[in-house]
Amino acid sequence: MEIYEIVTYFVLLLLLSTALRVVTTTNVIHAAVSLVFTLALTATLFLLLSAEFVALVLILVYIGAVIVLFLFGIMITRAPLGKNAELDNDKNKKAGAILAFAIFLLFSFILISGFSGEITIDQASSTQLLGEILLTRFVFPFEIVSFVLLAALIGGITLARKDDALINEDQI
Amino acid sequence: MTDVLIKVGFVALAALNGAVIFTIMDVKGASWMQRRPGPLHVGLRGFIFPLAEILKFVQKEDIIPTDVDRPVFKWAPAYVVVSAVSLFAVVPLSPTLVVVDLELGVFFALAISSLSTIGVLTAGWSSANKYSLMGGLRAAGQLIAYELPLILAVVGVVIQAETMSLVGIVEKQIEWGVPFAFSGQIVAFLIFMIAATAEMMRVPFDMPIGESELTMGFMTEYSGIRFLIFYISEYMSMFVLCAVASTLFLGGYHLPFIPTEWVNIYGPISLITKTLILGFILVAVRWSFPRFREDQLQNLAWKFLIPASLLNILITAVLKVVL
Repeated sequence: MEIYEIVTYFVLLLLLSTALRVVTTTNVIHAAVSLVFTLALTATLFLLLSAEFVALVLILVYIGAVIVLFLFGIMITRAPLGKNAELDNDKNKKAGAILAFAIFLLFSFILISGFSGEITIDQASSTQLLGEILLTRFVFPFEIVSFVLLAALIGGITLARKDDALINEDQI
Repeated sequence: MTDVLIKVGFVALAALNGAVIFTIMDVKGASWMQRRPGPLHVGLRGFIFPLAEILKFVQKEDIIPTDVDRPVFKWAPAYVVVSAVSLFAVVPLSPTLVVVDLELGVFFALAISSLSTIGVLTAGWSSANKYSLMGGLRAAGQLIAYELPLILAVVGVVIQAETMSLVGIVEKQIEWGVPFAFSGQIVAFLIFMIAATAEMMRVPFDMPIGESELTMGFMTEYSGIRFLIFYISEYMSMFVLCAVASTLFLGGYHLPFIPTEWVNIYGPISLITKTLILGFILVAVRWSFPRFREDQLQNLAWKFLIPASLLNILITAVLKVVL
């Protein structure tokens, strides 16, 4: 076995354990911190596959912004120290397991049929090439994604900002 | 009637003057009795002062309060220091004297510098202390707000240089003959420096620490070596961000009028000199400005710096296409 494979499997193992910790822990901040490690390890996997750009986007957007917003949200609403029994959602465990297995099957099918079972890295991905492809061949999906994000932004603002007349004492 | 007024006036004036005299006496007395020679005179003109500081913190007890969330509390300083240290990996001291010249150097720097927010937030939360929590919240709001102008300011440079590699950006500035700060990116440079100061949480952006109201903000419960890590990380990120700023905007390792064969000799000196000049400006700012209020701080970022940096990107992009 090559050193590259050993490292990859080691990272995968760590990734699985941290991902499991995200869903099993009953402490909401521990879950968020584990998610940081999960994302960092995913970024490492992308680095091992020479996908620098995706790895850095994961760190910048997900760790630097999304997790920070999670933590921010937890801290301004409730910030319970210690265990939180509400986090254990036993009712949906079965449905969750089935869904996770289905997604696993789907992804494995796509990956195996798409890359015919083996991953080959000819060269490191070029950011210039990525930019060109995004703005030529995939320009339509790219613009659609930005449109969806804009819609989400406006939706968020309308949900958060209510007119003064609509707010009564009970809601506050 | 008049004598009453005169008496009231006399009392008021006497009290005021007395207060002024007592203020002078207090300040003069304090500086006479408590002459603080540490960083100026003691031991090699005060240059071994940091050593004493480090030794002091290391020998102090590392107190971990009972109610804190132990693992989160213990590891919070690590994020901050890791983020500051790994940032330096992409800063070039010369075209060859660089840990790694990534194709996405600038992007890497921005991604890694955003990691420190996690440390600050988890430190604030896990301390089980309301001052810490408030400090952490303020820090999060501030870091989210100022990360955007920081990134957007750099986008202007990337457009002008047509590369994200830090060595490539310096080479482009050599090609232009003028550092980017004086050839189109002066606005981006100012925005970058303001946003970087906010990211370091230094005065005037020290609301998250605000010792007069929040004790020490998210660091309140830390002591000994862990406090030292936070403390040193602030200066480390100050140094590294100044180095990044001098690379992006001031020509990095390049010096004009000197043959480029000697770049390995003068490169590090040039970069560090530029870094120190920027650092001195930050120190001067720290000791001359008062602290921003929370709403002023958010307004500055969202209503002024972000639109300004977007405008800068627009103008740079248009000029890039036109010229």
